[in-house]
Amino acid sequence: MYIIETKNLTKKFEKMTAVDNLNLQINEGEIFGLLGPNGAGKTTTLLMLVTLKPPTSGTATINGFDIVKQPDKVRKSIGIVFQDPSSDEILTGYENLKLHGWLYDMPDDLREQRIKEVLDLVELSDRKNDRVKKYSGGMRRRLELARGLMHHPKILFLDEPTLGLDPQSREHIWKYIEDLAKEKNMTIIITTHYMDEADKLCDRLAIIDKGKIVVLGSPKQLKKDVGGDIIRLKAKSLDIDVLQNLPYIKDISPCDGEICLTLEDATTHLQEILKLVGKVDAVEIRSPTLDDVFLHYTGRAMREGSPEGGWAEKMMNASEKK
Amino acid sequence: MSELKGIYALWYRELKVFLRERSRVISSIINPLLWLVIFGGGLGSAVSFDGFDVMSFIYPGVLIQTALFSSVFFGVYIVWDKKVDFMKEVLVAPMRRTSLFIGKIIGGSTDTLLQILILFMIGIVFTVVGITPGVHFTVFSVAVSLGFLLVATMGLVSIGLIIGSQMESPEGFQLIISFLVFPLFFLSGALFPITSLPVWLAPFTFVNPVTYAVDGIRGALLGTSKFPLLFDFSLVCAFTIVLILIGTYAFKKMKL
Repeated sequence: MYIIETKNLTKKFEKMTAVDNLNLQINEGEIFGLLGPNGAGKTTTLLMLVTLKPPTSGTATINGFDIVKQPDKVRKSIGIVFQDPSSDEILTGYENLKLHGWLYDMPDDLREQRIKEVLDLVELSDRKNDRVKKYSGGMRRRLELARGLMHHPKILFLDEPTLGLDPQSREHIWKYIEDLAKEKNMTIIITTHYMDEADKLCDRLAIIDKGKIVVLGSPKQLKKDVGGDIIRLKAKSLDIDVLQNLPYIKDISPCDGEICLTLEDATTHLQEILKLVGKVDAVEIRSPTLDDVFLHYTGRAMREGSPEGGWAEKMMNASEKK
Repeated sequence: MSELKGIYALWYRELKVFLRERSRVISSIINPLLWLVIFGGGLGSAVSFDGFDVMSFIYPGVLIQTALFSSVFFGVYIVWDKKVDFMKEVLVAPMRRTSLFIGKIIGGSTDTLLQILILFMIGIVFTVVGITPGVHFTVFSVAVSLGFLLVATMGLVSIGLIIGSQMESPEGFQLIISFLVFPLFFLSGALFPITSLPVWLAPFTFVNPVTYAVDGIRGALLGTSKFPLLFDFSLVCAFTIVLILIGTYAFKKMKL
Protein backbone atom coordinates (compact mmCIF):
# COMPACT_ATOMS: atom_id res chain seq x y z
CA MET A 1 0.00 0.00 0.00
CA TYR A 2 1.19 3.48 -0.79
CA ILE A 3 1.09 6.02 2.01
CA ILE A 4 -0.15 8.60 -0.48
CA GLU A 5 -1.91 7.78 -3.68
CA THR A 6 -3.69 10.22 -5.93
CA LYS A 7 -6.11 9.19 -8.62
CA ASN A 8 -6.76 11.69 -11.39
CA LEU A 9 -6.62 14.47 -8.83
CA THR A 10 -7.85 17.63 -10.54
CA LYS A 11 -8.47 21.18 -9.43
CA LYS A 12 -10.03 23.68 -11.77
CA PHE A 13 -10.44 27.34 -11.08
CA GLU A 14 -12.72 29.48 -13.20
CA LYS A 15 -10.52 29.72 -16.22
CA MET A 16 -7.53 27.53 -15.60
CA THR A 17 -6.80 24.00 -14.56
CA ALA A 18 -4.34 24.26 -11.70
CA VAL A 19 -3.92 20.53 -11.22
CA ASP A 20 -4.68 18.26 -14.13
CA ASN A 21 -5.38 14.56 -13.54
CA LEU A 22 -2.48 14.02 -11.20
CA ASN A 23 -1.55 10.43 -10.45
CA LEU A 24 1.09 9.91 -7.79
CA GLN A 25 2.17 7.00 -5.65
CA ILE A 26 4.35 7.78 -2.70
CA ASN A 27 5.95 5.18 -0.46
CA GLU A 28 6.17 5.30 3.30
CA GLY A 29 9.38 6.85 4.63
CA GLU A 30 10.14 8.55 1.38
CA ILE A 31 11.13 12.16 0.94
CA PHE A 32 9.19 13.11 -2.13
CA GLY A 33 9.57 16.39 -3.95
CA LEU A 34 7.14 18.34 -6.07
CA LEU A 35 9.32 20.55 -8.16
CA GLY A 36 8.18 23.19 -10.56
CA PRO A 37 8.02 26.89 -11.31
CA ASN A 38 5.65 29.20 -9.48
CA GLY A 39 2.08 28.56 -10.52
CA ALA A 40 2.77 24.99 -11.60
CA GLY A 41 0.14 23.65 -9.20
CA LYS A 42 2.38 22.44 -6.41
CA THR A 43 0.71 24.34 -3.60
CA THR A 44 -2.78 23.61 -4.89
CA THR A 45 -1.93 19.91 -4.93
CA LEU A 46 -0.68 20.19 -1.38
CA LEU A 47 -3.77 22.05 -0.17
CA MET A 48 -5.97 19.33 -1.63
CA LEU A 49 -3.93 16.60 0.01
CA VAL A 50 -4.13 18.26 3.43
CA THR A 51 -7.95 18.59 3.03
CA LEU A 52 -8.05 22.38 2.84
CA LYS A 53 -9.29 22.55 -0.73
CA PRO A 54 -11.69 20.02 -2.20
CA PRO A 55 -10.64 18.58 -5.57
CA THR A 56 -12.82 19.36 -8.58
CA SER A 57 -12.59 15.71 -9.58
CA GLY A 58 -10.54 12.67 -8.73
CA THR A 59 -9.39 11.87 -5.24
CA ALA A 60 -6.48 10.76 -3.12
CA THR A 61 -5.84 8.55 -0.15
CA ILE A 62 -3.48 9.50 2.62
CA ASN A 63 -2.43 6.85 5.10
CA GLY A 64 -5.33 4.83 3.71
CA PHE A 65 -7.93 7.56 4.27
CA ASP A 66 -9.83 9.35 1.53
CA ILE A 67 -9.20 13.10 1.51
CA VAL A 68 -12.76 13.87 0.51
CA LYS A 69 -14.69 11.34 2.58
CA GLN A 70 -12.50 11.08 5.69
CA PRO A 71 -10.83 14.47 6.12
CA ASP A 72 -10.75 14.17 9.94
CA LYS A 73 -8.74 10.98 9.78
CA VAL A 74 -6.43 12.40 7.15
CA ARG A 75 -5.71 15.40 9.37
CA LYS A 76 -4.77 13.11 12.24
CA SER A 77 -2.02 11.60 10.10
CA ILE A 78 -0.41 14.75 8.79
CA GLY A 79 1.51 17.88 9.63
CA ILE A 80 2.06 20.82 7.34
CA VAL A 81 4.22 23.88 7.11
CA PHE A 82 2.50 26.45 4.94
CA GLN A 83 4.17 28.74 2.51
CA ASP A 84 2.31 31.76 3.88
CA PRO A 85 2.66 32.67 7.53
CA SER A 86 0.07 30.98 9.70
CA SER A 87 1.33 31.75 13.17
CA ASP A 88 -0.40 34.28 15.36
CA GLU A 89 1.73 37.37 15.52
CA ILE A 90 0.15 38.72 18.67
CA LEU A 91 1.25 35.61 20.54
CA THR A 92 4.84 34.73 21.39
CA GLY A 93 6.77 32.02 19.61
CA TYR A 94 6.44 29.78 22.62
CA GLU A 95 2.68 30.34 22.87
CA ASN A 96 2.23 29.46 19.23
CA LEU A 97 3.99 26.17 19.81
CA LYS A 98 2.03 25.48 22.98
CA LEU A 99 -1.25 26.01 21.11
CA HIS A 100 -0.03 23.62 18.47
CA GLY A 101 0.66 21.01 21.13
CA TRP A 102 -2.86 21.43 22.47
CA LEU A 103 -4.46 21.26 19.06
CA TYR A 104 -2.63 18.01 18.40
CA ASP A 105 -3.47 16.63 21.83
CA MET A 106 0.11 16.09 22.94
CA PRO A 107 0.74 15.11 26.57
CA ASP A 108 2.07 18.08 28.57
CA ASP A 109 5.58 16.80 29.28
CA LEU A 110 6.11 15.60 25.73
CA ARG A 111 4.87 18.94 24.45
CA GLU A 112 7.32 20.93 26.56
CA GLN A 113 10.17 18.62 25.63
CA ARG A 114 9.44 18.91 21.91
CA ILE A 115 9.02 22.68 22.13
CA LYS A 116 12.50 22.91 23.59
CA GLU A 117 13.85 20.52 20.98
CA VAL A 118 12.40 22.32 17.96
CA LEU A 119 13.22 25.79 19.29
CA ASP A 120 16.84 24.74 19.67
CA LEU A 121 16.80 23.33 16.18
CA VAL A 122 15.63 26.53 14.57
CA GLU A 123 17.71 28.61 16.96
CA LEU A 124 14.85 30.58 18.41
CA SER A 125 15.21 29.52 22.04
CA ASP A 126 16.38 32.92 23.18
CA ARG A 127 13.52 34.69 21.38
CA LYS A 128 10.75 32.33 22.39
CA ASN A 129 9.05 34.84 24.67
CA ASP A 130 8.97 37.60 22.09
CA ARG A 131 5.82 38.21 20.15
CA VAL A 132 5.94 36.86 16.62
CA LYS A 133 5.21 40.38 15.38
CA LYS A 134 8.77 41.28 16.37
CA TYR A 135 10.33 38.39 14.44
CA SER A 136 12.01 38.87 11.10
CA GLY A 137 10.61 37.02 8.09
CA GLY A 138 13.25 34.33 8.39
CA MET A 139 12.63 33.82 12.09
CA ARG A 140 8.95 33.52 11.50
CA ARG A 141 9.57 30.93 8.83
CA ARG A 142 11.76 28.97 11.20
CA LEU A 143 9.12 29.11 13.91
CA GLU A 144 6.51 27.69 11.56
CA LEU A 145 8.85 24.96 10.53
CA ALA A 146 9.47 24.15 14.18
CA ARG A 147 5.75 24.00 14.70
CA GLY A 148 5.12 21.66 11.78
CA LEU A 149 7.81 19.27 13.00
CA MET A 150 6.74 19.37 16.62
CA HIS A 151 4.16 16.61 16.70
CA HIS A 152 6.14 14.15 14.53
CA PRO A 153 3.31 13.39 12.14
CA LYS A 154 3.28 10.28 10.02
CA ILE A 155 3.31 12.41 6.90
CA LEU A 156 4.76 15.87 6.84
CA PHE A 157 4.00 18.36 4.11
CA LEU A 158 6.44 21.19 3.61
CA ASP A 159 5.46 23.95 1.21
CA GLU A 160 8.69 25.68 0.21
CA PRO A 161 10.24 24.96 3.61
CA THR A 162 13.37 27.03 3.29
CA LEU A 163 12.05 29.90 1.22
CA GLY A 164 13.94 33.02 2.17
CA LEU A 165 16.25 31.37 4.70
CA ASP A 166 19.98 31.87 4.89
CA PRO A 167 22.21 29.00 3.71
CA GLN A 168 23.18 27.98 7.22
CA SER A 169 19.59 27.61 8.42
CA ARG A 170 18.75 25.72 5.27
CA GLU A 171 21.51 23.18 5.91
CA HIS A 172 20.26 22.68 9.48
CA ILE A 173 16.73 22.19 8.38
CA TRP A 174 17.65 19.80 5.60
CA LYS A 175 19.58 17.69 8.03
CA TYR A 176 16.70 17.62 10.48
CA ILE A 177 14.26 16.67 7.73
CA GLU A 178 16.53 13.85 6.61
CA ASP A 179 16.94 12.59 10.16
CA LEU A 180 13.20 12.65 10.75
CA ALA A 181 12.52 10.67 7.63
CA LYS A 182 15.14 8.11 8.60
CA GLU A 183 14.58 7.76 12.34
CA LYS A 184 10.80 8.03 12.50
CA ASN A 185 10.14 6.53 9.10
CA MET A 186 8.25 9.73 8.41
CA THR A 187 7.06 10.40 4.89
CA ILE A 188 7.88 13.91 3.81
CA ILE A 189 6.40 15.75 0.86
CA ILE A 190 8.24 18.88 -0.14
CA THR A 191 7.29 21.45 -2.70
CA THR A 192 10.13 23.61 -3.79
CA HIS A 193 11.49 25.54 -6.66
CA TYR A 194 15.02 25.32 -5.28
CA MET A 195 16.76 22.77 -7.45
CA ASP A 196 19.57 22.18 -5.00
CA GLU A 197 17.08 21.50 -2.25
CA ALA A 198 15.18 18.96 -4.29
CA ASP A 199 18.42 17.36 -5.44
CA LYS A 200 19.88 17.08 -1.96
CA LEU A 201 16.80 15.98 -0.05
CA CYS A 202 14.45 14.03 -2.22
CA ASP A 203 14.50 10.29 -2.73
CA ARG A 204 12.19 10.82 -5.65
CA LEU A 205 10.63 13.82 -7.21
CA ALA A 206 8.01 14.79 -9.71
CA ILE A 207 8.62 17.75 -11.92
CA ILE A 208 5.35 19.54 -12.37
CA ASP A 209 4.49 22.07 -14.99
CA LYS A 210 1.05 23.52 -15.73
CA GLY A 211 -0.63 21.09 -13.37
CA LYS A 212 0.82 17.97 -14.95
CA ILE A 213 3.66 15.67 -14.07
CA VAL A 214 6.36 16.20 -16.63
CA VAL A 215 8.66 13.50 -15.36
CA LEU A 216 9.10 11.50 -12.18
CA GLY A 217 12.08 9.67 -10.72
CA SER A 218 15.06 9.93 -8.40
CA PRO A 219 17.18 13.05 -8.89
CA LYS A 220 20.07 10.85 -9.94
CA GLN A 221 18.06 8.97 -12.52
CA LEU A 222 16.47 12.11 -13.89
CA LYS A 223 19.83 13.75 -14.37
CA LYS A 224 21.21 10.63 -15.98
CA ASP A 225 18.30 10.51 -18.39
CA VAL A 226 19.20 13.94 -19.69
CA GLY A 227 22.35 12.27 -20.96
CA GLY A 228 25.85 13.32 -20.06
CA ASP A 229 27.40 16.72 -19.56
CA ILE A 230 26.29 20.05 -20.76
CA ILE A 231 28.26 22.63 -22.66
CA ARG A 232 26.80 26.04 -22.85
CA LEU A 233 28.03 28.46 -25.44
CA LYS A 234 27.51 32.14 -25.69
CA ALA A 235 28.42 34.07 -28.79
CA LYS A 236 27.16 36.85 -31.03
CA SER A 237 26.70 34.53 -33.93
CA LEU A 238 26.97 30.80 -33.78
CA ASP A 239 27.14 28.35 -36.61
CA ILE A 240 25.04 25.53 -35.24
CA ASP A 241 24.86 23.60 -38.46
CA VAL A 242 28.44 22.42 -38.23
CA LEU A 243 27.61 20.77 -34.92
CA GLN A 244 24.71 18.77 -36.30
CA ASN A 245 27.02 16.20 -37.82
CA LEU A 246 29.04 15.45 -34.72
CA PRO A 247 28.05 11.94 -33.62
CA TYR A 248 28.71 12.41 -29.92
CA ILE A 249 26.41 15.38 -29.50
CA LYS A 250 23.06 14.13 -28.28
CA ASP A 251 21.13 17.30 -28.17
CA ILE A 252 21.45 20.87 -29.33
CA SER A 253 18.99 23.30 -28.00
CA PRO A 254 18.82 27.04 -27.87
CA CYS A 255 18.27 28.47 -24.44
CA ASP A 256 17.81 32.17 -23.82
CA GLY A 257 19.70 33.17 -26.93
CA GLU A 258 22.51 30.83 -26.12
CA ILE A 259 23.22 27.27 -27.12
CA CYS A 260 23.23 24.22 -24.90
CA LEU A 261 24.88 21.02 -26.06
CA THR A 262 24.32 17.73 -24.34
CA LEU A 263 27.04 15.12 -24.71
CA GLU A 264 29.11 12.51 -22.91
CA ASP A 265 32.67 13.41 -21.93
CA ALA A 266 32.39 17.08 -22.60
CA THR A 267 35.99 17.83 -21.68
CA THR A 268 37.42 15.60 -24.41
CA HIS A 269 35.30 17.08 -27.12
CA LEU A 270 35.41 20.72 -26.10
CA GLN A 271 38.42 21.56 -28.21
CA GLU A 272 36.85 20.29 -31.39
CA ILE A 273 33.54 21.99 -30.74
CA LEU A 274 35.16 25.33 -30.10
CA LYS A 275 37.23 25.01 -33.23
CA LEU A 276 34.08 24.37 -35.27
CA VAL A 277 31.88 27.11 -33.94
CA GLY A 278 34.51 29.80 -34.03
CA LYS A 279 34.74 32.71 -31.62
CA VAL A 280 32.61 32.48 -28.49
CA ASP A 281 32.17 34.93 -25.64
CA ALA A 282 31.68 32.41 -22.85
CA VAL A 283 31.78 28.68 -22.32
CA GLU A 284 30.43 26.67 -19.43
CA ILE A 285 30.80 22.94 -18.85
CA ARG A 286 29.05 21.14 -16.10
CA SER A 287 27.24 18.02 -15.05
CA PRO A 288 23.51 18.17 -15.51
CA THR A 289 21.37 19.61 -12.73
CA LEU A 290 17.67 19.40 -12.20
CA ASP A 291 17.44 22.69 -14.08
CA ASP A 292 18.62 20.81 -17.14
CA VAL A 293 16.11 18.09 -16.49
CA PHE A 294 13.37 20.67 -16.42
CA LEU A 295 14.67 22.36 -19.53
CA HIS A 296 15.07 19.03 -21.26
CA TYR A 297 11.44 18.06 -20.73
CA THR A 298 9.70 21.41 -21.01
CA GLY A 299 11.98 23.35 -23.33
CA ARG A 300 12.00 26.21 -20.87
CA ALA A 301 14.34 27.20 -18.09
CA MET A 302 12.81 27.04 -14.65
CA ARG A 303 13.85 30.47 -13.63
CA GLU A 304 10.69 32.39 -13.10
CA GLY A 305 10.31 33.53 -9.53
CA SER A 306 13.50 31.87 -8.43
CA PRO A 307 15.27 34.10 -5.94
CA GLU A 308 18.58 32.60 -6.91
CA GLY A 309 18.28 33.70 -10.50
CA GLY A 310 18.54 31.44 -13.47
CA TRP A 311 21.47 30.17 -15.43
CA ALA A 312 21.70 33.14 -17.66
CA GLU A 313 22.29 35.52 -14.78
CA LYS A 314 24.80 33.21 -13.20
CA MET A 315 26.71 32.86 -16.38
CA MET A 316 26.68 36.53 -17.08
CA ASN A 317 28.09 37.12 -13.65
CA ALA A 318 30.73 34.49 -14.23
CA SER A 319 31.81 35.96 -17.53
CA GLU A 320 31.94 39.42 -16.04
CA LYS A 321 34.40 38.22 -13.45
CA LYS A 322 36.71 36.98 -16.13
CA MET B 1 -10.63 14.81 25.53
CA SER B 2 -8.58 15.93 22.58
CA GLU B 3 -11.50 18.00 21.31
CA LEU B 4 -11.78 19.79 24.67
CA LYS B 5 -8.10 20.58 24.62
CA GLY B 6 -8.48 22.02 21.14
CA ILE B 7 -11.43 24.14 22.22
CA TYR B 8 -9.40 25.32 25.18
CA ALA B 9 -6.52 26.21 22.87
CA LEU B 10 -8.81 28.33 20.70
CA TRP B 11 -10.26 30.07 23.72
CA TYR B 12 -6.82 30.72 25.19
CA ARG B 13 -5.70 32.25 21.94
CA GLU B 14 -8.70 34.57 21.68
CA LEU B 15 -8.30 35.71 25.28
CA LYS B 16 -4.58 36.40 24.87
CA VAL B 17 -5.15 38.34 21.69
CA PHE B 18 -8.01 40.25 23.28
CA LEU B 19 -5.98 41.23 26.33
CA ARG B 20 -3.02 42.31 24.21
CA GLU B 21 -4.94 44.31 21.62
CA ARG B 22 -5.96 47.10 23.97
CA SER B 23 -6.78 49.57 21.22
CA ARG B 24 -9.47 47.24 19.91
CA VAL B 25 -11.03 46.98 23.37
CA ILE B 26 -10.95 50.70 23.96
CA SER B 27 -12.55 51.56 20.64
CA SER B 28 -15.25 48.97 21.18
CA ILE B 29 -16.12 50.60 24.51
CA ILE B 30 -15.89 54.20 23.34
CA ASN B 31 -18.39 53.78 20.50
CA PRO B 32 -21.33 52.65 22.67
CA LEU B 33 -20.45 55.27 25.27
CA LEU B 34 -20.69 57.98 22.63
CA TRP B 35 -24.14 56.75 21.70
CA LEU B 36 -25.17 56.62 25.31
CA VAL B 37 -23.84 59.99 26.37
CA ILE B 38 -24.17 62.13 23.24
CA PHE B 39 -27.18 60.60 21.51
CA GLY B 40 -28.89 59.77 24.80
CA GLY B 41 -27.96 63.04 26.46
CA GLY B 42 -28.88 65.13 23.43
CA LEU B 43 -32.21 63.47 22.74
CA GLY B 44 -32.91 63.24 26.44
CA SER B 45 -32.80 67.00 26.75
CA ALA B 46 -35.97 67.12 24.64
CA VAL B 47 -37.95 63.92 25.25
CA SER B 48 -38.40 60.98 27.58
CA PHE B 49 -39.27 57.36 26.70
CA ASP B 50 -41.84 55.30 28.58
CA GLY B 51 -41.38 57.57 31.57
CA PHE B 52 -37.60 57.14 31.63
CA ASP B 53 -34.87 59.57 30.75
CA VAL B 54 -33.39 58.64 27.39
CA MET B 55 -29.95 57.72 28.69
CA SER B 56 -31.38 55.21 31.14
CA PHE B 57 -33.75 53.92 28.48
CA ILE B 58 -31.09 53.25 25.88
CA TYR B 59 -28.47 51.87 28.27
CA PRO B 60 -29.71 48.28 27.72
CA GLY B 61 -29.69 49.02 23.99
CA VAL B 62 -26.09 50.13 24.17
CA LEU B 63 -25.16 46.87 25.90
CA ILE B 64 -26.76 44.97 23.04
CA GLN B 65 -25.08 47.23 20.53
CA THR B 66 -21.71 46.22 21.91
CA ALA B 67 -22.67 42.57 21.80
CA LEU B 68 -23.99 42.91 18.26
CA PHE B 69 -21.09 44.78 16.70
CA SER B 70 -18.22 43.06 18.40
CA SER B 71 -19.75 39.58 18.05
CA VAL B 72 -20.65 39.77 14.39
CA PHE B 73 -17.33 41.37 13.51
CA PHE B 74 -15.45 38.79 15.51
CA GLY B 75 -17.05 36.12 13.38
CA VAL B 76 -16.54 37.79 10.07
CA TYR B 77 -12.87 38.36 10.88
CA ILE B 78 -12.18 34.72 10.14
CA VAL B 79 -12.17 35.75 6.49
CA TRP B 80 -8.83 37.40 7.18
CA ASP B 81 -7.78 34.62 9.46
CA LYS B 82 -8.32 32.10 6.71
CA LYS B 83 -6.03 33.95 4.37
CA VAL B 84 -3.11 34.94 6.47
CA ASP B 85 -3.35 33.94 10.03
CA PHE B 86 -3.78 31.28 12.58
CA MET B 87 -6.91 29.83 10.99
CA LYS B 88 -5.11 27.59 8.51
CA GLU B 89 -3.12 26.04 11.30
CA VAL B 90 -6.35 25.25 13.10
CA LEU B 91 -8.08 23.98 9.98
CA VAL B 92 -5.51 21.25 9.39
CA ALA B 93 -5.34 20.26 13.04
CA PRO B 94 -6.95 16.93 13.92
CA MET B 95 -9.99 18.61 15.35
CA ARG B 96 -13.59 18.40 14.30
CA ARG B 97 -15.05 21.41 12.54
CA THR B 98 -17.76 21.39 15.20
CA SER B 99 -15.17 21.78 17.94
CA LEU B 100 -13.53 24.55 15.99
CA PHE B 101 -16.87 26.28 15.75
CA ILE B 102 -17.53 25.85 19.48
CA GLY B 103 -14.06 27.12 20.34
CA LYS B 104 -14.62 30.18 18.16
CA ILE B 105 -18.00 30.86 19.78
CA ILE B 106 -16.59 30.58 23.28
CA GLY B 107 -13.60 32.72 22.37
CA GLY B 108 -15.70 35.40 20.68
CA SER B 109 -18.28 35.42 23.44
CA THR B 110 -15.57 35.84 26.06
CA ASP B 111 -14.20 38.87 24.22
CA THR B 112 -17.63 40.41 23.92
CA LEU B 113 -18.67 39.70 27.50
CA LEU B 114 -15.47 41.24 28.85
CA GLN B 115 -16.35 44.42 26.98
CA ILE B 116 -19.87 44.27 28.33
CA LEU B 117 -18.57 43.86 31.88
CA ILE B 118 -16.63 47.08 31.44
CA LEU B 119 -19.83 48.77 30.26
CA PHE B 120 -21.62 47.37 33.30
CA MET B 121 -19.05 48.95 35.58
CA ILE B 122 -19.35 52.27 33.77
CA GLY B 123 -23.14 51.92 34.02
CA ILE B 124 -22.95 51.38 37.78
CA VAL B 125 -20.86 54.52 38.13
CA PHE B 126 -23.34 56.43 35.96
CA THR B 127 -26.25 55.28 38.09
CA VAL B 128 -24.48 56.12 41.35
CA VAL B 129 -23.67 59.65 40.21
CA GLY B 130 -27.17 60.09 38.81
CA ILE B 131 -26.51 60.19 35.07
CA THR B 132 -28.73 57.17 34.39
CA PRO B 133 -31.14 57.25 37.35
CA GLY B 134 -33.57 54.77 35.81
CA VAL B 135 -31.17 51.81 35.68
CA HIS B 136 -31.28 49.51 38.69
CA PHE B 137 -28.29 47.35 39.40
CA THR B 138 -29.18 44.46 41.67
CA VAL B 139 -27.79 40.95 41.74
CA PHE B 140 -30.97 39.81 40.02
CA SER B 141 -31.01 42.46 37.31
CA VAL B 142 -27.34 42.02 36.50
CA ALA B 143 -27.63 38.21 36.44
CA VAL B 144 -30.67 38.27 34.15
CA SER B 145 -29.09 40.84 31.81
CA LEU B 146 -25.90 38.83 31.63
CA GLY B 147 -27.92 35.72 30.88
CA PHE B 148 -29.59 37.48 27.96
CA LEU B 149 -26.33 38.96 26.75
CA LEU B 150 -24.49 35.64 26.99
CA VAL B 151 -27.05 33.74 24.96
CA ALA B 152 -27.54 36.56 22.45
CA THR B 153 -23.80 36.99 22.04
CA MET B 154 -23.37 33.31 21.21
CA GLY B 155 -26.04 33.61 18.54
CA LEU B 156 -24.55 36.80 17.13
CA VAL B 157 -21.03 35.37 17.03
CA SER B 158 -22.57 32.47 15.11
CA ILE B 159 -24.03 34.87 12.54
CA GLY B 160 -20.58 36.35 11.97
CA LEU B 161 -18.95 32.93 11.80
CA ILE B 162 -21.53 31.63 9.35
CA ILE B 163 -20.97 34.57 7.04
CA GLY B 164 -17.22 34.48 7.52
CA SER B 165 -16.99 30.78 6.80
CA GLN B 166 -18.74 31.20 3.46
CA MET B 167 -16.98 34.36 2.37
CA GLU B 168 -13.80 33.95 0.38
CA SER B 169 -12.60 37.52 0.45
CA PRO B 170 -13.22 40.52 2.69
CA GLU B 171 -14.79 42.62 -0.08
CA GLY B 172 -18.34 41.97 1.02
CA PHE B 173 -17.62 43.19 4.50
CA GLN B 174 -19.15 46.64 4.08
CA LEU B 175 -22.34 45.08 2.73
CA ILE B 176 -22.72 43.03 5.87
CA ILE B 177 -22.42 46.10 8.02
CA SER B 178 -24.98 48.02 5.99
CA PHE B 179 -27.49 45.29 5.36
CA LEU B 180 -27.22 43.18 8.47
CA VAL B 181 -25.61 44.77 11.48
CA PHE B 182 -27.17 48.22 11.28
CA PRO B 183 -30.70 46.95 10.53
CA LEU B 184 -30.47 44.46 13.39
CA PHE B 185 -29.38 47.29 15.66
CA PHE B 186 -31.79 50.03 14.58
CA LEU B 187 -34.80 47.71 14.32
CA SER B 188 -34.28 46.23 17.77
CA GLY B 189 -35.75 49.05 19.81
CA ALA B 190 -32.33 49.62 21.31
CA LEU B 191 -32.66 53.37 20.79
CA PHE B 192 -36.45 53.90 20.98
CA PRO B 193 -39.49 52.24 22.52
CA ILE B 194 -41.29 49.74 20.30
CA THR B 195 -44.64 50.16 22.06
CA SER B 196 -46.16 52.58 19.57
CA LEU B 197 -44.34 52.10 16.29
CA PRO B 198 -46.01 52.85 12.94
CA VAL B 199 -47.54 49.77 11.36
CA TRP B 200 -45.01 49.56 8.53
CA LEU B 201 -42.10 49.48 10.97
CA ALA B 202 -43.43 47.26 13.72
CA PRO B 203 -43.22 43.93 11.83
CA PHE B 204 -39.52 44.43 11.17
CA THR B 205 -38.79 44.84 14.84
CA PHE B 206 -40.88 41.82 15.76
CA VAL B 207 -39.01 39.46 13.43
CA ASN B 208 -35.68 40.79 14.67
CA PRO B 209 -34.40 38.47 17.42
CA VAL B 210 -32.30 41.27 18.86
CA THR B 211 -35.55 43.02 19.82
CA TYR B 212 -36.29 40.35 22.39
CA ALA B 213 -32.82 40.56 23.90
CA VAL B 214 -33.18 44.33 24.26
CA ASP B 215 -36.66 43.91 25.73
CA GLY B 216 -35.46 41.31 28.22
CA ILE B 217 -32.49 43.34 29.39
CA ARG B 218 -34.64 46.43 29.66
CA GLY B 219 -37.10 44.42 31.71
CA ALA B 220 -34.34 43.37 34.07
CA LEU B 221 -32.49 46.67 34.44
CA LEU B 222 -35.36 49.16 34.09
CA GLY B 223 -38.31 47.06 35.17
CA THR B 224 -40.24 47.77 31.98
CA SER B 225 -40.70 45.35 29.11
CA LYS B 226 -43.18 44.79 26.34
CA PHE B 227 -43.10 41.01 26.66
CA PRO B 228 -42.70 38.70 29.66
CA LEU B 229 -39.02 38.02 30.43
CA LEU B 230 -39.42 34.29 30.02
CA PHE B 231 -40.94 34.76 26.58
CA ASP B 232 -38.05 37.00 25.58
CA PHE B 233 -35.50 34.57 26.93
CA SER B 234 -37.05 31.57 25.17
CA LEU B 235 -36.99 33.38 21.84
CA VAL B 236 -33.38 34.49 22.27
CA CYS B 237 -32.39 30.93 23.20
CA ALA B 238 -34.24 29.47 20.23
CA PHE B 239 -32.58 31.97 17.91
CA THR B 240 -29.15 31.11 19.26
CA ILE B 241 -29.67 27.35 19.07
CA VAL B 242 -30.80 27.57 15.45
CA LEU B 243 -27.80 29.71 14.56
CA ILE B 244 -25.38 27.38 16.30
CA LEU B 245 -26.83 24.47 14.31
CA ILE B 246 -26.54 26.38 11.05
CA GLY B 247 -23.03 27.44 12.02
CA THR B 248 -21.92 23.88 12.69
CA TYR B 249 -23.13 22.96 9.25
CA ALA B 250 -21.55 26.03 7.66
CA PHE B 251 -18.19 25.21 9.21
CA LYS B 252 -18.25 21.76 7.71
CA LYS B 253 -18.76 23.35 4.32
CA MET B 254 -16.29 26.13 4.91
CA LYS B 255 -14.83 27.77 1.83
CA LEU B 256 -11.20 28.71 1.72
